[in-house]
Parts: sequence; structure tokens; C-alpha cells
Amino acid sequence: MNLISVSPKQALLYAIPIAGVLLFLPLLIEPYQVTLLEYGLIFAIAALGFNLLLGYTGLLSFGHSAYFGMGAYAVAFIVKYLNVTSMEVFLLGGALASAGIAALFGFLCVRYTRIFFGILTMALSQVLWSLAFKFYWVTGGTDGLRVPTPSLLGVPIPQGEEKMIFLAHRYYYYVLIIFFLSAAVMWLIVHSPFGKALQAIRDNETRAEFVGVQVWHYRWIAFLVSGIYTGLAGTLWVPLNGLTTPDILHWTFSGKIVFFTVLGGFQTFTGPIIGGVVYNYLETYAVGHTVYWQMVLGVVLVLLVLVLPAGIAGTAERLILKPEKGGLK
Amino acid sequence: MILLETKSLAKSFGDMHAVNHVNFSVAQGELLALIGSNGAGKTTLVNLISGLLQPDSGTILFKGADITAMSVHDRIKTGIARSFQLVTVFDQLSALDNIELAVFSREAKTRRLFSLASSDHAVREEAREVLREFGLEDRAARAAGGLAQGERKLLDVAVAYALQPQLLFLDEPTSGVSTREKAPIMDIITSIVRSGKITAVIIEHDMDVVFKYSDRIVAMHEGTILADGTPDEIRRNDHVTTTLLGTTSSS
Repeated sequence: MNLISVSPKQALLYAIPIAGVLLFLPLLIEPYQVTLLEYGLIFAIAALGFNLLLGYTGLLSFGHSAYFGMGAYAVAFIVKYLNVTSMEVFLLGGALASAGIAALFGFLCVRYTRIFFGILTMALSQVLWSLAFKFYWVTGGTDGLRVPTPSLLGVPIPQGEEKMIFLAHRYYYYVLIIFFLSAAVMWLIVHSPFGKALQAIRDNETRAEFVGVQVWHYRWIAFLVSGIYTGLAGTLWVPLNGLTTPDILHWTFSGKIVFFTVLGGFQTFTGPIIGGVVYNYLETYAVGHTVYWQMVLGVVLVLLVLVLPAGIAGTAERLILKPEKGGLK
Repeated sequence: MILLETKSLAKSFGDMHAVNHVNFSVAQGELLALIGSNGAGKTTLVNLISGLLQPDSGTILFKGADITAMSVHDRIKTGIARSFQLVTVFDQLSALDNIELAVFSREAKTRRLFSLASSDHAVREEAREVLREFGLEDRAARAAGGLAQGERKLLDVAVAYALQPQLLFLDEPTSGVSTREKAPIMDIITSIVRSGKITAVIIEHDMDVVFKYSDRIVAMHEGTILADGTPDEIRRNDHVTTTLLGTTSSS
């Protein structure tokens, strides 16, 4: 299968009904359910960024917790040291912080591919984790840092409104709009000449060089965009969670981002989105029903690799599209 | 007029002198065949000139300018392109996308992140035209990985051609295809190269192909140039025929 190009018209045909459902859902379901969906959409943004590297550039990062964590901790530091609670400032700070760290880590990592790339990204992310873990007077150590409910577009939470209601309505729409903007921009990027160049690098690095694509440079830009996306997800995640701890910098969280993407299907554009949302429900359900929830997720992962290697979106695409079009292996 | 020349170009791998102080030149507009047995140094020579490898010593002049230390990217911009012996196309991209990428690259548009590739009609039209010239127009939407071997070989050359080079290196454009397919592939390639007034250097093993299509032949052996001449001269050169062709000249 390949990342099948869909025309802008077709993409809108799919996107509009989904947008409609997502728009009216908070009126129909309980606030708690809305926040679950919110987490899912946030993870989807992280996975969209991650998949620019995996699906489109052919680089498997095991260190994306670093950018998610930078996005989150940047918010906590803004609150702690600047005493600002504006969501727009959070987003700007989170984007800058994750861009800075992705620019640096990317510069070091893009010279490598395959396992070397994976291990290096993981090792670098673990450096951030240990910093967050050890420098407790700055980061709060394992206790983490609290983040209050932010003001959205300068409007703070109304007097007397429950935090849960605020998060499930106003904040939900805020996240939803950023999610749609992120998805639209990513769609544009992967369909741009730059996106084609990334896919060429993925398919054949040497030949890409001989078509005039400066491979390391392009990988670095992809890395940067990828880091910013995952960082933005971290920034959006903190107010919802109310707290940031070193867990989200740990490499096991990077593993979760890989899981989202593989679950949804890394060879499709929509895969990471579906994966982020579905994984979040899956984990919440498993945690709520059994103490052996990690085993449940493990079994899902094994089944996924054995039975549905193309992921949810990849398999659906294969079933919907006529088999004769799939002239590929 | 000399388009490209190498002066005492050398490259060793351990004790093996793959290219041993070679003075090689290509004249503007010619179709030159580079022949020699396996390990003669043909591909290494092309790798040095195209920038895949750095020479140990010697210089490479293109249009009179020293390009020895130039990056691959800059060599392409200055007008040198190549295809590869083992087909290297972008398998998951469509045939059209393969060509479009080369056109975008040539026009320095691959850094555009926020515009749809498909909305650039001029690029798309040019890419379609290239596919048409190579007889691949009905394969435009197919993923390159799903094409037949002969089509993939042609696409590989087409990608290099779409860069609009002045000097084009083709490393065994007919290797791995059946004997029956060789002539049609060479017919297409040579007619495009000649009508586009592109100077081409073709590495080739098949002597029928070499004698039929080239203006000049350079024979290499153990890292050095053994002979250099027109097809007729090479055919009559006993040294070449015994060393490389494994036959004595009878005709």
C-alpha cells in the first residue's frame, strides 16, 4: 500500500461530516466522555507529527516524548515563572520550546537512519526525562508541576463554572479548532512538493540525493515540523490533565506515540488520527476494567502486528478500495 | 568541444586501484559508451564524476570549471545527472510523481511546504510530457514499484532526464531486462538523448547495443583506459577484442 493521494475535494468530502459530528458531540454526551475525546484528539495531533517522520520520511523516532514533554513543561514554566495563564501564550511558548529542542535533537539525529536513528532519538529524550526527574526544585520532580485552567482568547473561566464543564465545552472547541487546523496544514505539507521530496527520501535516499534533494536538510525540516506538532499536543494536553510529570518525557510515552500511529496505520494520512483517538479509549477502558490493563494493551499490540499490520485506517482503505487498484505488494 | 574531462583521476579501495589515474573526456553532444568487464572501474569512474564518491586524487573539469569538490546537489544544478545500474526509482510514489519530483527539484520548488504539488499545472504538464516521450504515459498513476522491470528502467532514465542535464550518465540502462526488450529501450533512450541534444555516457555490457548506438567507445580494464575510438576502430582493435570481448576479431 502507499500513501494514496486524495484530491482536496475528496478530502473535504470526508472531513466535513466528521467535523459536523465532532462539533455537536458535546451537546449529546457527558462531559467526562467529551474530555476522553479531547485527549484522543490531542494524541492525534502528536501522532500526526510523529508520522511525518515515520510514514512519510521513513524514520522511526523513539524519542517523541521529548517534544510532547517540552510542550507541556513550557506551559508549566510559563505559569510558574511568568505567572501567565493565557492559552495563546502557552501555545506560543510550547511551540518555541519544542521547536528549539527538535531543532537541536534533529540536527544530531538526521545523519542516521533505522535503528541508529531510533536509539539516538530515545537516548536524547531520556536526557530530558532525567533532567525533569532530578532538578526537582525547577520541575517539581516526580510530583510534577500544576497548571491552572487557562484563559482562552483572553477570557478566563467564568465565575462559578465547574472546571469539568469548562474543559468539556469551551476548551473542547478550542482543542477541536486547533486539531482541524493542524490536520489541514499537515495534509497540505504531505501533498506539497516538500512532502513528495520526503517520500522520495523514504523510498530511496541515494536517488533522492541524485534528484537534487539535500537529504539531511530535508529530514531536519521534517524533524522540526514533527517536533512542533508533538510539542503543541503536549501544550494542549497540560491544562486538560492539570499537571505535568516526568512520565510524559519517559521513553515509554514515546512508545505510546508509536502505538497510536501503528494502531491507526502509519501508511495512511488518517491512521495516526484514528489511532490517537482509539488508543485513548482503549487504554481508559482497559484501566477502568482490570488491573492487568497493560497486558490487555500488550495483547492488542501483538494482534495488531500479526493480523492488522496496516492498522485500522490501512485495513479499512484496503477493504473499501477495489482490490484491482492495489497493484502493490 | 570538450564538455567534461578528468585529469589523472584515481580512487582505490584498499589495495585495489578501481580507477587508476584516468584521463577521460567527453565531447559535447556525443553518445559515448563505456565498456569493460566487471571490476574494470566503469561504475567507479561514473560515481566519481557524479559525486557519489570522492576521488583520492586528480581533478574533474566540467565546462572548464573544477567540480572535483562540488556537492552532488551542485553538480546536478550545473548540469550533470545520472541513472543507476540497479533500478532506483521511488517505489511508493506514482510514476508521474517520480518525474514531478525531478521537475520540482530542478525548479528549486521542493522547499515549498505549504502549496499543493498537484496544483502546479505547469510542472504536471511537463512531467506528463516526459512520460509520453518515454512511452510511459499510461503508467502515470501507477506506483513505480508496481511497474514491469523494463518500464522501471525507463522511468529511472526519465527521472534523470527530467532534470534537464547537459551531461547524462546511464549505468547499464538495459541490464536486467530480456534481450528482446533491450533494443526498444535503447531506441527510446537514444532518440530522446539525440533530439534533446544531451551528451550521454552509457555504461553497457551488451556489445551489440554498444556498437549499434554509440558514437564513440571507451574501453576500460583494471582501472585504466584500454582503448578509445569509434565503434569501427574498437571492433578492429585486437587488444580490446581479446581482452574484453573474449573473442578474436573474425569479421
